[in-house]
Amino acid sequence: MRRLLLEVPAWVLLFAMLSFIYLPVVVLVLFSFQGSDLPVPPFDGPSLEWYRRVLANDRLISSLGNSLIVGVASSAVATLLGFLAAYSMFRMAPKAAGLVRVLLIAPVTVANLIVGLGLLIVFNLAGLGRSLVAVGIGHVVINLPLCYAIIYSQFGDQLRNLDNAAHDLGAGDLATMSRVIAPVLIAPIVAAFCVSFTLSWDEFIIAMLLSRFDVTLPVMIFELMRAGLTPEVNAAGTIVFAISIFTAVIAALTMLLKQRRDS
Amino acid sequence: MKTDSSTAIVQPGGRPASTPLAGAATPIDLARWMIWPAVLFTIVFFVVPLITMVLVSFWVRSGGTLVPDWTVQNYVKFFTRDYLLIALRNSIEVTLLTTALSVLLAYPLAYILAFHVPERWQKIVLILAVLPFWTSYVVRSYSWLLVIGDNGILNKLLLDLGLISEPLRLAYTRSATVLGFVHFFVMLLTLTIYANLIQISPSYLKAAQDLGASTIRVIWHVILPLSLPGIAVGAFLTFVITIGDYVTPQILGGNTEVLMPQAIMLQIVRTADLPMAATLSLVLMTFVMGVYLIFQRYLKMDRV
Repeated sequence: MRRLLLEVPAWVLLFAMLSFIYLPVVVLVLFSFQGSDLPVPPFDGPSLEWYRRVLANDRLISSLGNSLIVGVASSAVATLLGFLAAYSMFRMAPKAAGLVRVLLIAPVTVANLIVGLGLLIVFNLAGLGRSLVAVGIGHVVINLPLCYAIIYSQFGDQLRNLDNAAHDLGAGDLATMSRVIAPVLIAPIVAAFCVSFTLSWDEFIIAMLLSRFDVTLPVMIFELMRAGLTPEVNAAGTIVFAISIFTAVIAALTMLLKQRRDS
Repeated sequence: MKTDSSTAIVQPGGRPASTPLAGAATPIDLARWMIWPAVLFTIVFFVVPLITMVLVSFWVRSGGTLVPDWTVQNYVKFFTRDYLLIALRNSIEVTLLTTALSVLLAYPLAYILAFHVPERWQKIVLILAVLPFWTSYVVRSYSWLLVIGDNGILNKLLLDLGLISEPLRLAYTRSATVLGFVHFFVMLLTLTIYANLIQISPSYLKAAQDLGASTIRVIWHVILPLSLPGIAVGAFLTFVITIGDYVTPQILGGNTEVLMPQAIMLQIVRTADLPMAATLSLVLMTFVMGVYLIFQRYLKMDRV
């Protein structure tokens, strides 16, 4: 009985917290199927009208394309640089590594707004101006520390032996890295790429500061929102959510499969 | 862990393994160079911009261009203009409120998850609790507008129940900004605190109970002190991200008050005054760094 007295409030609280967490998501998705012009009660749907409008909105679709390009390209660069750095660090003497590690991790400690402003100023002074490439560079800056950290955390003693064996057999660093280390670490490499992609895909402030006409999807949605509440934003937001979840699930599954294979 | 591999690098021959066999082609030590792309990239696109920002903060904008005047007038402006100091104060208040509320809400959730939910369900409930993390960050704030707006779901519900006679003004206030932040950070903090709680050995709890401690006393004297590191890490992350965020206050706070990131964006977008924007950014960065130093010392003291 006493136990029950404790359990009931616990479950009520758990349920209340989950409701709080899910409330805006449910409202967002529900009213993306709204039949009328405003994403507020009463709900008169379901209707796919707003999804049709999103798909017919050329600027939205091209911004979605831009986001995919920036996301894939910047994540590929961040993952590649992160992997190279992690392998190099793994082979390096520990004492030389300290300062380099601090340098590589440093960008996560600075707000994205400040990273973006710094790049904006430098690009302005260099006469390069704003572009999609500039946005991509900004996203590599914020994602490189994560990619490096995710991949580096997977280098262990087992890999040390593999690495030594490959070198003993006469393989150079390049061959060892590409034919031995990379295949073994494929799971964290894919995970790093996916995490990096979800962050780039969702990033707003750097994209806002560094893009001009070819904006990314979050910037485009932000522009749409200025016109007020519309189910079109709900529909676009639901699509963004779905793609993020999809990528996150791939990352999680990759790591899970690897764990299962290892054990 | 990783440095303790001295036994592993000596192979059966007793020879350091990284030396190639005599006769095998000696490869150039490429691995040493593989760090450079990442290092150069970080220097060129992170360190150089930061240094440039420090330099530019001593410049002025005049006639549409940046003039290297080497003056401290931007800093003087920050400390003498009320609205800029108020922006910093607003930012600090909102951030502290957000951090405190997030911890207060996330802790019970993480606690219930770790100690009340059966073990095989824990992972699933945890994933469920952080899934909305992946809603777009811009859209998440917008979604709250749909809930708390004048004709949003919450007001509609309260009106229908007859609890209020006209809609409550919830959106476009400081409370709305804090709500948006807290929603996000409850998820993050639940993760960090939960990760900490499940590491607490059950034998500690059993020992305390056997010695006659009530549930409340077990929580207060055993669990809470042991979970402080998780709280500290989460709270610091919350602090850093909140104080630098532009989107949430811009969408949910409306025009009622200006926070630091908004003040910075106003300088960039409205007046194209990059030197002033750089100055404000550096003030904000310095403040965050100061808090970090205090936090770090506190964390170390905690471990001793």
